[in-house]
Amino acid sequence: MGNRTVIPFGPQHPVLPEPIHLDLMLEDERVVEAIPRIGYIHRGLEKLVEKKDFQQYTYVAERICGICSFMHGMGYCMTIESIMDIKIPERAEFLRTIWAELSRMHSHLLWLGLSADAFGFESLHMHTWRLREQVLDIFEETTGGRVIFSVCEIGGVRKDISPETLDKIDRILTDMEKELKEITHVFLSDSSVKYRTKGIGVLSKQAAFDLGAVGPMAKASGIKRDLRTQGYAAYGKLKFEPIIETDGDSYARTSVRIKEVFQAVDLIKQAIAIIPEGGINVKVTGNPNGEYFTRVEQPRGSAMYYVKASGSKFLDRFRVRTPTFANVPALLETLKGCSLADVPILILTIDPCISCTER
Amino acid sequence: MAILSMSKTLFKSLVHGPYTVLYPVKKKETYERTRGRVEINISQCIYCGLCQRRCPTGAIQVNRGNTTWSIDRLKCIQCNYCNEVCPKKCLRMNNEYTSPSFGSVRDDYTNARVSGDKENN
Repeated sequence: MGNRTVIPFGPQHPVLPEPIHLDLMLEDERVVEAIPRIGYIHRGLEKLVEKKDFQQYTYVAERICGICSFMHGMGYCMTIESIMDIKIPERAEFLRTIWAELSRMHSHLLWLGLSADAFGFESLHMHTWRLREQVLDIFEETTGGRVIFSVCEIGGVRKDISPETLDKIDRILTDMEKELKEITHVFLSDSSVKYRTKGIGVLSKQAAFDLGAVGPMAKASGIKRDLRTQGYAAYGKLKFEPIIETDGDSYARTSVRIKEVFQAVDLIKQAIAIIPEGGINVKVTGNPNGEYFTRVEQPRGSAMYYVKASGSKFLDRFRVRTPTFANVPALLETLKGCSLADVPILILTIDPCISCTER
Repeated sequence: MAILSMSKTLFKSLVHGPYTVLYPVKKKETYERTRGRVEINISQCIYCGLCQRRCPTGAIQVNRGNTTWSIDRLKCIQCNYCNEVCPKKCLRMNNEYTSPSFGSVRDDYTNARVSGDKENN
């Protein structure tokens, strides 16, 4: 047995986009145990539901996270719509799906860039983010915002996308697909990248299941769990298969995310091809009364939304279970036995979003 | 196992030139829907206060007595909600952003309406 040392990791660390603290118990260079501590950026957004009325809260719900902002807004709106028994127009469902899948592309490309940065491949990081910029431009053109869209509302969506713009999106994505193939080829086949990801941080299928891992973390370990298959929004009308890998290492998690980017491109194209004509929102009258649970598949995994309302315009309770929170136990499992130099990349492979987790 | 798999992309970018916009010589084009800042056509405002009540961050202050409409630019989150609820459609979302500042930026608009003066109103 070697010397045992405790090394504090975070909350400020070059590799971390957001603050999380880990006490790493080391035996020489190997991590034996990791003890997490969160709570650096708690903002009390769930409590705010008592101060802002349920319509205004749509804008707050979007600001839970900067990357999956649209999906947070959508999850919240879907919950309220279920309580109030609102059936949103079909076109709105398709538009929501298009924006949700674009968000998935944007989130995964962001993560790929960050991970390239974490293993020291600066030019790959820059090129991945260059591609992501095109997705952000689509967002700005269709919604008016690059990160926070403010486009989802209770009863549908606030903005329509014209057929010409839909064609334009289709064209941009077709061009982008070629470039994506070129860039993602580096992630999947370059020897120096593989050296940092292949066989690092293996999470077995059983461990992933027991620890309740979600999203790409679970999919990379061979668990076929994707909430989009439940068919919320317009997913029921699109053809797709959840992507799974079986190795459970960092390489498998990268591969799942890369394949999901291409899947998102395919889903957007499918949605553009069959999007129906019609209205984009219905008028909402009255206040919600009741409670409901909604689950949404975010880029990082499944998120749960719980709303309790009692007939007034202020909600009683709002609760979000974000995917990063569910993935922290799985992260601690993968950290055991890894070397100190692999810790940054392993923390990144769960795609941590701490602002979401602490809300 | 591929070696130098990035070289194709790198050679392409060598001849491509910068992918970024050369700010401040060239400015990035905004889109028609870009949410920059809220503007008001004060002469049409009826001071109903709907925008103030609906604003999620409380950035807008409307005073019916003094006929003033003011907005705290740094509190505004550009959600466009005020714009949608305005019954007179006198609010508008401009594509230009508010410029950065150290202190709070408050814009006050006062209408020069004279009560009882039908000609000027």
